[in-house]
Amino acid sequence: MTDIATHSEPKTVDLEAFDLDCTGLLCPLPVYKAALVLNQLNDGDLLRLVTTDPGALRDIPAMAKQRGDTLLEVVEADGRQSFLISKGVVE
Amino acid sequence: MTQTLTAPAAQAVGEKPRQKRLALVASKGTLDQAYPPLILASTAVSLGWEAGIYFTFYGLDILHKERFEHLKVASLANPSGPIQLPNILGAIPGATAAATRVMKKWMSDARMPTVPEFLDMTRDLGVHFFACATTMGVMGVEESDLIEGADIAGAAAFLDYAADADVSMFV
Repeated sequence: MTDIATHSEPKTVDLEAFDLDCTGLLCPLPVYKAALVLNQLNDGDLLRLVTTDPGALRDIPAMAKQRGDTLLEVVEADGRQSFLISKGVVE
Repeated sequence: MTQTLTAPAAQAVGEKPRQKRLALVASKGTLDQAYPPLILASTAVSLGWEAGIYFTFYGLDILHKERFEHLKVASLANPSGPIQLPNILGAIPGATAAATRVMKKWMSDARMPTVPEFLDMTRDLGVHFFACATTMGVMGVEESDLIEGADIAGAAAFLDYAADADVSMFV
């Protein structure tokens, strides 16, 4: 899934990512839970989301696109997907 | 001299793009068919859209206080149902209850919310619930029979809402 990742290192290295574990959850719950967290974050804050729903590989990029957030990284390994999202548009 | 801004220029000076809108019709009152509109609407709001669902005919049961916790899956004439029975057996007493139990267990095992939980989620997200006024009249449903927040409306009011929708679907 490297075609989705724009770059592997977050630019804001001093910021910690908010962790959200959505393993074992199916659509729409990973998107629903991620949105609840993103709505509480400020622009530029980072969310690290882990899922096991194979549909999330399409859903989370679509969510970021529709919301206007920035998907920085997607890592898929051992049936788990990890997404790093920055709230808002990264300049 | 007056300057007219074109749409992209207007956006450049800070106007946000219009919020997208999803308009759904929920016309079926079985447990399996209650899920898709609730899933789609909760997802739409999570994407930053607004969403409204028009509950009509049997779909109005999803908003009915005494019925929404007891929606069922048909065991008869449902070849895709959770228990595979010939129709002659699907008609026996208890078959619908058994199919319903199986689907509820599937949902629970997959950690999916129940229909009442989904209704709470979507209402908290601000999904607009339209209750079909004609259905209420035909089926003898009173406003006090419906869960809180249902907006009684006819087809014209829903179409007025749907006219500004980016995505409309009939479930």
